[in-house]
Order: sequence, then structure tokens, then C-alpha cells
Amino acid sequence: MSTHTTHAPHATPHLQPGEGEPGTVREHHDHHELGFLRKWIFSVDHKVIGLQFLFSGLVFLALGGLMAMAIRYQLAWPWRPMPGLAWMFPATGGAISPEFYTMLFTMHGTIMIFFVMIPLLTGAFGNFLIPLMIGAPDMAFPKLNMFGYWTMIPAFFFILLGFFVEGGHAAGGWTSYPPLSTIEAAAPGSLTGQTCWLMGLTWVGVSSMMGAVNYVTTIVKMRAPGLTMMRLPLSIWGLMITSLLQLFALPVLTAASIMQLLDRTMNTGFFTPTNLLVNNITPDSFAYGSQAAAAGGQPLLWQHLFWFYSHPAVYILVLPAMGFTSDILAVHARKPVFGYKPMVYSMSAIAGLGFIVWGHHMFTSGMNPALGMTFMVSTVMIALPSAIKVFNWLGTLWGGRIHLRTPMLFACAFVSMFIIGGLSGIWMAATPVDIYIHDTYIVVAHFHYVVFAGSLFAIFAAIYHWFPKMFGRLMNETMGKIHFVGSFIFTNMTFYMMHQLGVAGLMRRTADPYAYDVYQHLQPINEFITISAFCMFAWQIFFVVNFFHSMFWGKRVGRNPWNAASLEWDAPSPPGHGNFDKQLEVYRGAYEFSSPEVAEDFIPQTRKI
Amino acid sequence: MRYLFALLLLLVPILGVWTFVEADRWQLWFPENVSSFGGEIDGLFNLIMYMVAFTFIVTEVALAWFVFKYSANRPGKGVFTHGSHKLEMIWTAIPAVALLFIAFSQMETWAKVKFESNFPKTGEYTKEKPIAELWASQFDWRVRYPGDDGVIGTVDDLERSYEFVVPVDTDVVFHLRSRDVIHSFFVPEFRLKQDALPGHTIPVWFRAEKEGIYDLVCAELCGWGHYKMSGRMTVVSKEEFAKRMAEIKAEWYSNGKEQG
Repeated sequence: MSTHTTHAPHATPHLQPGEGEPGTVREHHDHHELGFLRKWIFSVDHKVIGLQFLFSGLVFLALGGLMAMAIRYQLAWPWRPMPGLAWMFPATGGAISPEFYTMLFTMHGTIMIFFVMIPLLTGAFGNFLIPLMIGAPDMAFPKLNMFGYWTMIPAFFFILLGFFVEGGHAAGGWTSYPPLSTIEAAAPGSLTGQTCWLMGLTWVGVSSMMGAVNYVTTIVKMRAPGLTMMRLPLSIWGLMITSLLQLFALPVLTAASIMQLLDRTMNTGFFTPTNLLVNNITPDSFAYGSQAAAAGGQPLLWQHLFWFYSHPAVYILVLPAMGFTSDILAVHARKPVFGYKPMVYSMSAIAGLGFIVWGHHMFTSGMNPALGMTFMVSTVMIALPSAIKVFNWLGTLWGGRIHLRTPMLFACAFVSMFIIGGLSGIWMAATPVDIYIHDTYIVVAHFHYVVFAGSLFAIFAAIYHWFPKMFGRLMNETMGKIHFVGSFIFTNMTFYMMHQLGVAGLMRRTADPYAYDVYQHLQPINEFITISAFCMFAWQIFFVVNFFHSMFWGKRVGRNPWNAASLEWDAPSPPGHGNFDKQLEVYRGAYEFSSPEVAEDFIPQTRKI
Repeated sequence: MRYLFALLLLLVPILGVWTFVEADRWQLWFPENVSSFGGEIDGLFNLIMYMVAFTFIVTEVALAWFVFKYSANRPGKGVFTHGSHKLEMIWTAIPAVALLFIAFSQMETWAKVKFESNFPKTGEYTKEKPIAELWASQFDWRVRYPGDDGVIGTVDDLERSYEFVVPVDTDVVFHLRSRDVIHSFFVPEFRLKQDALPGHTIPVWFRAEKEGIYDLVCAELCGWGHYKMSGRMTVVSKEEFAKRMAEIKAEWYSNGKEQG
């Protein structure tokens, strides 16, 4: 270990009174001086805002996970009362009703994407890592950053409010296709729940927008001297490209949400066609308002607008995870990232191509099939940069000195799971094959392998990896390994066989697939999947206990417990206000591991030779 | 420890391939195909599957092997390399060719199934003269056959819910419509899926090559009763079809008293 990283600074010029000294647990220390509210609620410090996103994201992760358990229960044992939940559903004695089931998977998807994955990847880690990894004292716009979290509060409010309104929460799928979502008579969730859903999503969009503006500005303008773009850690590249995606794609979603909101509340007709007969009511004669009387709208317009955002959003869900994985693999394998530039270019290519593939969600929608042909080619080609990334990760591991610590295990698992998720995507891209597998469980397997087994594992890796920087303490390694092994096994037991279910033709979003003869023999395998999912959910107790226990009682560490080379490890753990206690000058990239130039096996970015 | 973790990673390709090999035996594979183009779709699925399986096995085994082999216990430092231009070229070019091959291999079948210019033009049923209109609505399927005038949308149309009867070995074209929200016509045995879009009339064609009764599934979320929006696709011989049409007509004009 080089001398200057172990040097514990006593002079901390940037620290404001009460902002905590390195190596102390700040929440205890600051409680008296700055006050809980100023410190944790009305904070402009990017690290605190990052932790705010982290905690709310994890809370929603638990909520979305519980919903998944209920979905799985229904699929294994349709209509059977859930043990011990009769008090929650008195009308059915604890069983899931069909309308509740549609709400469950709608909100499971919505919460996991918009309230868990995006806030965790960009909100939590974007905020926490960007200034630290580029050697900046804070974000370019600290107050805007604070508003970025504040606008999540109305989003939380509306998305939770929806559960308590008449008719229940939105039940039109997380994709909310009109006219199911725009006509009140079409579904119970379209009464008021859908309005809450749209409001919640719009606020999330506003929050992401503020975050994205801040991230791009900070990365472009506030890098430490000597830190050129091509010396940035790949985590930062991932977050930067993600932010650009959000900047370009989000306005479309926000506009579309507002259009749907207008369709629902102001009787406009963007998405609702004329001459419908819904629930034996023609929309023109609705008792409550003449909803969609204007009509003449196009349901496909919503699909185009929605997927124009939501397909890039898929890459928003994975690009930062790719960045974290690249960093963690390099650090724990003691190897420079293999093919740094190809990694950057392939991430950019994924982002660029990501804008011209949205139509692959609509192959069977009634869109012009000639367009389907075009979208197929672009979609198949997006597998290319993904493949390049996988090969480079393997190249990074090759010839390394791999320390199999918990973050490394989760990062390796990300690679393994991303391979599955990426490869199964090719089936979906192929238009004729998609005619059959569209909306079947093979799609469910595909995106859970990318987002759950992929991105969420990368988030676990990132939490284990940067936890020492966040709290100055290590997470327990044994518990971490137990968490990993169980999660890895049960995740695969849960999701892998969904591929075969999809090939057998099983549709998603069906409360009781066994109502069809053609699916009746699939019940045992669904039961197996459900039990695996329960085990996987229960297994997360090892993470929860480890997380909170280590936060207060974990082993204290210095600045650089992993002997990593990037800038955040030059700051104290946890960093005080202003992050760094010395002038930074960057001389090299972030991955100088195992260099023959020095005796140690790494050269920090700030070290001059 | 590295034995355990490398083994875990190695189990992914082993069990992953094994479940696909055994899936057919476990009845977790394609239902029987009965349409003229279904075999091509299955073939394309398999083509991609074999290419994907190759990549899957190579990369997953390499991952497990590297985790096992390049342990931190080995003496000395890691290999100091920032990459290889040559390797990058190789693993860009080869997948690019493979992916383009996949993309182009799909086009013919896609065009055959979905392009309206390729719809049957000579047979009994065409895009302009479909066998029936299939109406989807929450939560049932209704078939509207033309009456004696052979034209749909006139007063002598014959309507029937739940069951769609079609003749075997015939190019069948029907019009798919929706009364309310988006639904999706899906018959797993036909390998055919098409959304029903309110406000649009979408022509669909298929050729069923085996008589039988198949599930007609709604594959697009259409509301709380989506799970029970089932229908029945009945494929019968041509003689039987004429008989069934006569029955449908008799039933349609019946005042319910004949059967007594």
C-alpha cells in the first residue's frame, strides 16, 4: 500500500463544524451539532442525498418483493387463501381476487423499475459516486440535487396513495396501454388508481431529470485536474451515458404521461379511439363526464411514446450496473479493465442503438410489419456491444489475482446472469420467433435475468464494495458470502425454468393460467418456482441484518480497504463535507493494477511516479 | 472457497443446458404445431437456440474457469495488460456476422406470416373476402361469419361466441377487431399471435393442417378477467365445416322452440 493513502489526515480544512471526521460514525457524532433535520433531511450534500435514495430504494425493494411473493403464490396455488392474510382481504378470506392480481403485477413492475432500480442505480450510486470518483467536492448544483430527492416525495405519496383509492391501484400493467388505462369502465384500477400512477411517474421523471442535468454537468465540468474523460472509471461512464439517455428520453415519457392524464381527466382523445363499447357502456354516454367523447385517438401512439422512453430505460437499468461491475472486477481481480476504450464505445453504442429499437416491444401490436423488420435488425445488432462487454469482462478476469470477496462474487454473478439475459433477448428480437414467444414467460425470464439477477446483483456488489466508503466500516464477509450463495442458487431456481414455461407457451399476466387446457400441466413447475422465490426472498434477511449491523458495529477501515486505484479511495471513509482533504492531481487511469512500474500491485490515480 | 464459487458458476451452464435438453421430456416444450408456418418458426427458434447455447457454454465455462484458475493465492502479480486490439477485432467481427446472419434468416418467415402483400390471394378466403370477423371484447371472443350474401357487415351475418370453426388445410384469412380495449389472438398450436386493436381491423391468415380443438388464448392484458378470456379454435374437415356452418345458421335463426 502506498504511503499517502494510509496517511490519516488530522487537518480537515473543508469540514464544516459538526460535519464529522474521518473514521467516525457520523450520525452519532453530528446528531448534537447540526441536527437530524439539517443533516439527513434538508441536506445538500451529495453523499447524504445518495443515502436517502439508497434507503428509500431499499424500502421499496422490500415492498415490490412482497408483491412478487403474492404473485407467485397465486401462480402456484390459484385462488387459495394466503395463510394469515384473511384480515387484509376480508371479502375473499385471504385469497387474491383477479382484479387484485392485475394490480399486483402492475405495481410490482412499476415499483421495481421506477422506485427501486432507477433510484438505486442513478439516485443512490450516481449521487454518492460521481463527485467522489471524479475528485469534486460536491455536485455542480447541490440545491438542484436536493430538489431531485424532494421531488421523489410527491412521487412516493402518489404511488402509495393509489393503494387506498376506490377501485385500487392502477391495474393496466406497468406499460399502462390505453384504452384499458384511460377508460374508467375498463378496469377497477382505471377509476382513480391510474391517475395516481401517472402522477407518481411524472414526479419520478422530474426527479430523474434534475439528477441527470446535475450528473452530466458535474462529470463534464468538475473533474479533478488531469482527470481526462478517458481516465474516468467506467462506473462514471455508465452513469454519464445513462444520464444522457434520461435527458433525451424522459421528456417523451413525461409528455406521454401528461397526455394520458389529459385523456383521463380532460376528455381529450390522444389515445382513445371512437365507437368503443366498454363494459356495456359507450364512452360517449358515460354518466361521469363524457369521458373520451372527443376520442379518435390511437392506442398505438401511446405504445410508441411509452417504449421510446421505456426501452432506453432498460439500458438505464443496466448501464450503471455494467460500469460498477467493470470497476469491481478490476479491483478485486487486480487487473486493469481489459479494453477500456472498447468498453466505453460499446456502452455508447448500446445507448445510441437503444433509441432505435423500441419497436421490438410492438412486433405483434398491429404496427406495420415492415417496421418490425427494421426494428429486428437494430435490436439484434444491439447484442453486439453487449457481447463485446462480456468478452472484455472475461478478459479482465483472465490472468488476474482474483480475491473472491463478496462484492467480487456478486460482480461475477452479474456477468454470468447478464449472459443469460442478453442471449435470451435474441429470441425476442427475432420477429417470427417473437410471434410465438411475445408476452410469454420467456420474456419474464429474460428481463428478470437482466434486471433482477443482473442489475440487482450489481447493486449488491456495489453496496458491499462501497459500503466502507459510505459508513467507514466493512460489511461482514461471512454473512455476505452466505447471502451470495443463497441468492445465487435461489435466483436461478426461480427464474431459469421460466424459459421453458415460455417455450411451452405460458402467458404472463394471467391470474389463473390453468383455466386453459393447454397450460394445465405447468402447475407443478410453477409451484417449484414459487417455493424457490419464497426462499430467495427469505434469504435476503442475511443482507438486511448484515447491512444494519455493519453500519453501526462493522469493522472500521481506513481510506482504501480494497487497495483500489480510483479517486474516491483517496478521501476519508466516510468523507466529510467537501469530500477531499487534499489537493488532487490525476496522473493516470483508474485501473493501474499489477503494474510492473511499482512494487505494490496498484498505482492510485493521484500518484506521481 | 474458490472451489465452491467456481462450481456454482459452472453449474449455470451445466444445469442450464440440461434443463433445455430435458424440457421436452418434462412437457415443458412447444405444444404440437399444426399450422403451415409453425414449423418454420420452431426451426428459427432452434437455430437461435443452438447459436446461443454455444456462446452460453463458452462464456459461462470460461467465467467459472477463470474464477477457479486465477486465484489470489497464485504467486506474483496479475498479467498487466490493458487489452488487445486484435482480440477486440475478432470478438467484434465474429458476433457481428453471426448476428446479421440471425437477423436476415428471420425475414422470410416474418414476411410470409405478417406482410399483407403475402396473404393468400387465390383461395376461397382473401383479405378482401375473409372467412369471418373475430371480435374481442372483455372477456370473450365473438365470431361473425358472413351470411348467404358472403359479405360481412350485413343483416344476415351469423354471430357466435366462444368457438371459431375453420376448415382444415385451407388458407384462412379473418379480420381481427376489438370492441373495447387491446386484446391478443393467440393459438399456441398455430404459433400465431396478433393483437386486436380497437379502432383497427387487422387481417390475419393461417393454414391449419390438423383437425382438432385448440385453446384460443387472449395474450394481452385486457382487464381483471383477462385470465378467463378463453376461446376455442375448432379445425374441422371441409365437409364438416359446411355442416357446422349450416348448424350455426340454424342456431342463429332459431327461436329456441324447435328443440322443444
